[in-house]
Amino acid sequence: MPRLVSHPDEIKLVSRRFGMGATNIDRYLELGGYEAVKKCLAQGPEWIVEEMKASGLRGRGGAGFSAGMKWSFVPKQSAKPKYILVNGDESEPGTCKDHLIFLHDPHAVIEGTIIAGLAVGAKMGFIYLRGEYRYLLEIMERAVADAYDRGYLGKNIFGSGNEFQIITQTGAGAYEVGEESALMESLEGKRGVPRIKPPFPAVVGLYGGPTVINNAETIATVPQVITMGAQAYAALGTPRNGGTRLFCISGHVERPGVYELPMGYNLKKMIYEVAGGIRGGRKLKAVVPGGSSTPVLLPEEIDIGMDFDQVGKAGSMLGSGGVVVIDDQTCIVEFALRTISFYAHESCGWCIPCREGTDWLKKSLTRFHAGFGTDADIGNMQYLAENMLGRTFCPLGDAAAMPTIAFLKKFRKEFEDHLNGTPCPFAREGVPQLTVV
Amino acid sequence: MPDVTFTVDGKKLTAPAGTLLIDACRKAGIEIPAFCYYPGLSLQAACRMCVVRQEKVPKLQTACTTTVAEGQVFITESPEIAQARKATIELLLGNHPLDCPVCDAGGECELQDMTFKYGAGESHYVEVKHHRDEQQWSPAVFYDRPRCILCYRCIRMCGEGMDVWALGIHNRGANSVIVPNDHQQLDCEQCGMCIDVCPVGALTSGSYRYKTRPWEMSHVSTVCTHCADGCKVTLGVRSTNDGAEIVRADNRDKSGINNDFLCAKGRFGFDFVESPDRLTQPLVRNAAGKLEPATWEHALRVAAAKLKEIRDARGGAAIGVIGSDRTTNEENYLLQKFARTVLQTNNIDHERTTDYAAFAHALAGTAGKTASLRDISSACAILLVGGNPTEEHPLLAWLLRTNVRLNRARLYIANSKPIKLDRQAKATQELPPDGFKSLAAFLDQGTSDFSKSLQAEESLVVLFGEEFRGEAVENLVAWGLKRGNVRFAYLGDHSNSRGAADMGLFPDLLPGYVPIEAPGAFAEYPNRPAAPGKTLPQMLEAASNGELGALLVVGANPVSRAKLDHAALKNTFIIVQDLFLTETAALADVVLPAASLYEKSGTVTNTYGDIQMVRKAADRAGVKPDFEILVRLAGAMGVDVSTLVPFGKRGTTGDLGQSRGAQAGEADRHAVWLEANNLEPKLSPFDPLALLDEIERLVPGYTLDRINLFAGNDVHTKLEATPGFVPVQALSNPDLIVPAHDTLFTSGTLGQYSTALKQLTQHQAKELAETAAD
Repeated sequence: MPRLVSHPDEIKLVSRRFGMGATNIDRYLELGGYEAVKKCLAQGPEWIVEEMKASGLRGRGGAGFSAGMKWSFVPKQSAKPKYILVNGDESEPGTCKDHLIFLHDPHAVIEGTIIAGLAVGAKMGFIYLRGEYRYLLEIMERAVADAYDRGYLGKNIFGSGNEFQIITQTGAGAYEVGEESALMESLEGKRGVPRIKPPFPAVVGLYGGPTVINNAETIATVPQVITMGAQAYAALGTPRNGGTRLFCISGHVERPGVYELPMGYNLKKMIYEVAGGIRGGRKLKAVVPGGSSTPVLLPEEIDIGMDFDQVGKAGSMLGSGGVVVIDDQTCIVEFALRTISFYAHESCGWCIPCREGTDWLKKSLTRFHAGFGTDADIGNMQYLAENMLGRTFCPLGDAAAMPTIAFLKKFRKEFEDHLNGTPCPFAREGVPQLTVV
Repeated sequence: MPDVTFTVDGKKLTAPAGTLLIDACRKAGIEIPAFCYYPGLSLQAACRMCVVRQEKVPKLQTACTTTVAEGQVFITESPEIAQARKATIELLLGNHPLDCPVCDAGGECELQDMTFKYGAGESHYVEVKHHRDEQQWSPAVFYDRPRCILCYRCIRMCGEGMDVWALGIHNRGANSVIVPNDHQQLDCEQCGMCIDVCPVGALTSGSYRYKTRPWEMSHVSTVCTHCADGCKVTLGVRSTNDGAEIVRADNRDKSGINNDFLCAKGRFGFDFVESPDRLTQPLVRNAAGKLEPATWEHALRVAAAKLKEIRDARGGAAIGVIGSDRTTNEENYLLQKFARTVLQTNNIDHERTTDYAAFAHALAGTAGKTASLRDISSACAILLVGGNPTEEHPLLAWLLRTNVRLNRARLYIANSKPIKLDRQAKATQELPPDGFKSLAAFLDQGTSDFSKSLQAEESLVVLFGEEFRGEAVENLVAWGLKRGNVRFAYLGDHSNSRGAADMGLFPDLLPGYVPIEAPGAFAEYPNRPAAPGKTLPQMLEAASNGELGALLVVGANPVSRAKLDHAALKNTFIIVQDLFLTETAALADVVLPAASLYEKSGTVTNTYGDIQMVRKAADRAGVKPDFEILVRLAGAMGVDVSTLVPFGKRGTTGDLGQSRGAQAGEADRHAVWLEANNLEPKLSPFDPLALLDEIERLVPGYTLDRINLFAGNDVHTKLEATPGFVPVQALSNPDLIVPAHDTLFTSGTLGQYSTALKQLTQHQAKELAETAAD
């Protein structure tokens, strides 16, 4: 089991039961579990949606869309069944928060899913885990079975007369199905490629029915919002960015791990105080603030609050909360190559700019990093990435293009240092060179 | 949907709300490039070529998924858009082998065209391209992965269009490949639609690949000679030493009711024309009893002399004539006119595969009750009883699928066996094998959900197969007429069996199903015999008994289907006009090598009654169209041929520009106009359209919309038999009807001479055996 970390600045809401044995349903109940859903049953759907809107809870998957707004888009009347879909296809490099939620607090996901179902009038929820989380499926399935046994799921939940069913499912190992429409395709048993929007899932989603798709963290947060009240939750964060979120700090820091901090928490403080500063007393070179698809920030750019708006203003994105810290002994070209290799491998191949663009970027960077780059390559890679940006079917192409553009712009000198047959300046004894297959 | 007004490139356009921007623009003449968009198939938005700028929207939008709404403003061409498209093409060309000089698609490739327009002339990449070896998926389909741009048209065409779903994708990202359903093989209907819609040279055809450069071909738009659906087909033709050969068949110009659809037979089965078994010299049986090559003059003289001798000595009743299901209307009309007025006989029939006479009888006295293919393709509700269109009428199956898919038409199927189209049906009803006769009674009971739904339909098109003959046809039609708001189509075999019936290849019916004994019928035919003649089996029986002096067989092979003692025919002088030395031709005394439908001009009528122009595409030294052979035969008998074919100043010409070398499948517009206005003088008695005036004048139901016909469109004829007409024998014996039961890969006698169709049959047999073994 992964080591859990903590820091006094943390406000533990989503993570409050981590490490407390809450996978056991009785323990979950002892820790205040399934109280939020009872409150919701008493208050009714409109109240839930209004609470969610007022909480300022924004989607934790990366796009940061207001969860309450999303729920309010679902039509009240629908000929087809409505669905709640929990997106646990956590695949963005640098992100490992949903993993902990499934591992430590599966009932919070179930409770959040039931509340979402009550809010929009759905009778069926799906919890979709990424293919590589197959080992978490057992925990999730146990929790769902326990909830059925207690009558928290089924035809008559909590004796309220309401029906709600949950089905768990894993993917087959594709980053692309983290995109909500590709996830629906995958769940329907098809190839995981995105759908054309509109129609949006809230109107035509899974099996053609209105569907709410929320990130697992968002869903696990819902019971906390209900329990503590929307106003109190919102007050923890910054304006329009309510509450706390799980930040996954990885890379060259002394104490990497998942920390639950209020929205708007200062990034510099997060790195130097919460995570204990740069490993081995080295110097900071760069920070990827929100998962590998977000543009890199330079050390002088990190004195910002970590909420959707402030990071956006700094030219990057809060994304999925994966903060990757890079020290001064890291080769940025290699880092870029590692990043683009991931996206080339994960491109579903549906649209031309992403399919071909990620492949060519990977090929060019591989050669470039090996010391066979030419002057023209830097411009070509930038041209290629800029021509992918905003032109692809789904955001995967942007996710590959954005960091590439940022690396090339902010670390051009380092790219130039690789030219003319010069070996990678960071190559040294004991550090294996990255080989990309 | 109400119309909305929006602006594209500064122009105000109007279209129904919700129309796709790409369609609205194309209608207005604004071309938006696209690889993956294909009209009628589901949307992909995958190629990103159709990106346009929409006012107040931050990103470029794909025109194939943007629906128009009031007041929107779009820009479809700008430096920004051109750059986006150019970058996409650069990416495609990055991995493309650029083997255009040897690629089948070179010159008709959409990737080439787009590169030409947006100028991705420089490569930014130096890395090795992805390569995969070419694969052969079937005798008809080859896949060259490096050329593939993954537009998924083939997958959608196969799945949505054909309902076969034989293609899919393996792997992901840059490693994505199109794969066939059976490992490296295609187990499918082999229609070749995937090849047809491929915008590049990734999917190539077994029969066409590496054969020619596209610009070396002329293109001739004609009608397929295989089944009775009558697809328009564009033949790619190239000159050879002894004529002109067909190298490709498709319908990329989407003319005709079939749009771009062709089945395996239409697309690959044209190669019978080039069969080494083709007869190219007349044969005459010598004193030793062997067939030996002869000149046309000699062969015609021998045949004519014998026919004249028997007619003059024993009377016309001693001569029999058997016509064809594949020759043109003009040829069939001429044949019966020749038989009745020159040979003085009503012993004329054809190999009946469908009881059109019963159909005509059942509809006598009504008007507008037949359904054209266009009616079927837009009908709200269709009842299909009997038959299996997927095998026997691929175009009909395609139109039914399309109508259900795109227009939500309701298809009802009653059959004695499950058929593939059941998957498109709203309701199906299983019938006992002998249940067709009593179908009308069953439907009238109205107790089942099936008949209740049918009764609730406001209008209905009824399609029925050869299971219906004689009385069964009468019953079904009577049921439909009583029900009201109904149209019918009778599903027959072969490319012009309907034309053969319409043109009166019956012993008891004149053209247009006019009874031979009707007072005043065809009064201008000099001295035609009044009594009905013999049917085909009766003729063969008479010949076996030595009662028939001569038998003229045009494009038919009756010997292959009849139980006959070949030796008993020795006293009958047999003349055969055919492409091949068929079982019948092998017994003949004179064999005259005939041109195929692809080597002549004229008109044919499909089983729905839609008449279309046939245009000469290929040519073969030594053969003659049946029309010319008949005229020459008459001439050799000493007949004034102008009594048979009005030519010279008395008629009009209709070679439609072939004499002027009209190219690229287009009718010569000048000729069309002259023709339609009856202004051009006729020069040759061999011109089949010289007879069209007479057919229009004398054959009921054949009053034609000429301008449409000559422009290459299908024109619906009317089945307007006189009320109360009483056929003498045609109706009396349903056993006269022998259906061909052709499949997707067989085509009667003709198909046996197609190498492509034989290979496809073998391939499918192998696939079937493997499936069974699994």
